[in-house]
Amino acid sequence: MINKLVFENLKHRPVRTALGIVAIGVQVTMMLTVVGLSEGMLEDAARRARGTGADIWVRPPGSALIGFSSAPMPEKIVEFFEKQPHVQVAVGNVVHPIGGVNTVTGVDYEKFVRMCGGLTFLEGGPFRERFDIIVDERYARQNHLRVGDKVRLLNHEWRVAGIVEPGKLARLLVRRDVLQELTGNTGKISQVLIKLDDPSRTEQVIQELKRKLPDYQIYSIEEFTSLFTVSNVPGLQAFINVIIGLSVVVGFLVVFLSLYTAVLERTREIGILKALGASRGYILSILLRETVVLVLAGSILGILGSYGSRWVVMTLVPASLTQKIVPHWWPLATAIALGGALIGASYPGWKAANQDAIEALAYE
Amino acid sequence: MSEQDIIISIRNLWKIYRVGQVDVPALRGANLDVYRGEFVAVVGPSGSGKSTMFHIIGGLTPATSGTVIVNGRDITRMTDAERTRMRRTQVGFVFQKYNLLPTLTAYDNIAIARHIATGRADLEPEFMEVLELLGIAHRLHHKPSALSGGEQQRVAIARAIVNHPAILLADEPTGNLDSVNSQAVLRVLKDLNRRLGQTILMITHDMEVASWADRIVHMRDGQILDWETSRPVPAVRSGSETNTEEPN
Repeated sequence: MINKLVFENLKHRPVRTALGIVAIGVQVTMMLTVVGLSEGMLEDAARRARGTGADIWVRPPGSALIGFSSAPMPEKIVEFFEKQPHVQVAVGNVVHPIGGVNTVTGVDYEKFVRMCGGLTFLEGGPFRERFDIIVDERYARQNHLRVGDKVRLLNHEWRVAGIVEPGKLARLLVRRDVLQELTGNTGKISQVLIKLDDPSRTEQVIQELKRKLPDYQIYSIEEFTSLFTVSNVPGLQAFINVIIGLSVVVGFLVVFLSLYTAVLERTREIGILKALGASRGYILSILLRETVVLVLAGSILGILGSYGSRWVVMTLVPASLTQKIVPHWWPLATAIALGGALIGASYPGWKAANQDAIEALAYE
Repeated sequence: MSEQDIIISIRNLWKIYRVGQVDVPALRGANLDVYRGEFVAVVGPSGSGKSTMFHIIGGLTPATSGTVIVNGRDITRMTDAERTRMRRTQVGFVFQKYNLLPTLTAYDNIAIARHIATGRADLEPEFMEVLELLGIAHRLHHKPSALSGGEQQRVAIARAIVNHPAILLADEPTGNLDSVNSQAVLRVLKDLNRRLGQTILMITHDMEVASWADRIVHMRDGQILDWETSRPVPAVRSGSETNTEEPN
């Protein structure tokens, strides 16, 4: 009976109900989008790192996992690594930010191809000219690029030489020496990738390298990719928390306003229920069930909305953003939305439950 | 009739409202007995305290002092929660403005009263006969907005008696109806009283409406008046003076 009353109440004010559901849906979409973007970007970065074929990843001393600082290591260190036992090939790269979260990576192409087993070209081929660029298929699609098109980066026009399958090192590859020169990093590199003749010796080689280069950050590829988590990126968890906090505030305000006006509108009905002997708990349960229905419907909409935001991010936004659908966050986002909504419902619910029956019945 | 037949016993009932800094007495030591199965009309001008007495008997508001015994229980000693429980089964209300829930059908408006009282929303099969008697059995699946005023008031009456209350309290039940519908509603109340023995206490300011009742009592200035002497009815029927001093 209460459920029937709840659904009839919600049906009675379809616009307000729809607005409430949409607002909670936006709240849930916001949470799922931010978390999906964070996890998607990190997973994508980890997948591209694994796609290099490297067994060991070397980063400069004191560098952050996700850092856009350009090239603090001397290029000659690559030769040092190549002379170490069991090292088959070592590749030094330069990574340079180009705006937003995008970077361009300068590679020693021949060595990199030896390491990763070759890039899969969907169109075009390797670098032929100095200002050639290789982009992955997603970047090409998002930016509507074809082979031969021009791309303006770092105040230069680059010719798209090839479009490759994604998943190897970076979305944008250029010649390392050109990038070093353009960014004032001649003779310097950002990272070194090492491939061993026998991957089972990875730990042994790492220990030896750490002994010789104690300040450098030297990881196995498994260890390195396992670091691509939200908690390992400075500020990311805090950012996500802020967005979730804002979502909770939005949900609180929406439900508060919606139920507050509902309680005012339904003052007389609450008086009727009280006259019939409805307890405070009975009246409160009507409002709380309405809140739960709004949140559940809003959450379903929000989950669908996260598919929409993913499509927008992956299709329409010309940036190397990757958004993941995060089903493990669906119950959490719903619970967070429910928490905010229940807080929002508490005052109107309290007000309704404690309304004076006579005053409520006299309400016009 | 014996004392055991008294279903409502009001003694020296006071109700004082606080308006700003001023105490405003609405009831000043009212006394009244209503017998089981009686149909009593309470008549009085506006401000005489009829509605306040109605609300106190119905357990909607507490008294300031005095006793009100409904079906053997003194409701002036009840807590708010106890009065809430009492309203579920001991009292049925019929209001001037029908007070149906606009989002529910007529059937659900009746069923929700049963649900609040018993936790079950299905109506007893024999109650369908009452709905036939009320002439609304064929209108149960309509929402209030699709019913006439007379039909809405009969649905409200059905809701009021669905839990077989000891008393049915009707506050100006014909106040919003035309004469034809008023007659129909009053006939229904009379039928319920005669056929089912339902005790009814009806408040009205209209003597023509009051004439449908078995007994008419008058109120003025917060007191029940003796019909013959026009003086306040005493607290003890033996004739002792009523206590009209304000409670502390």
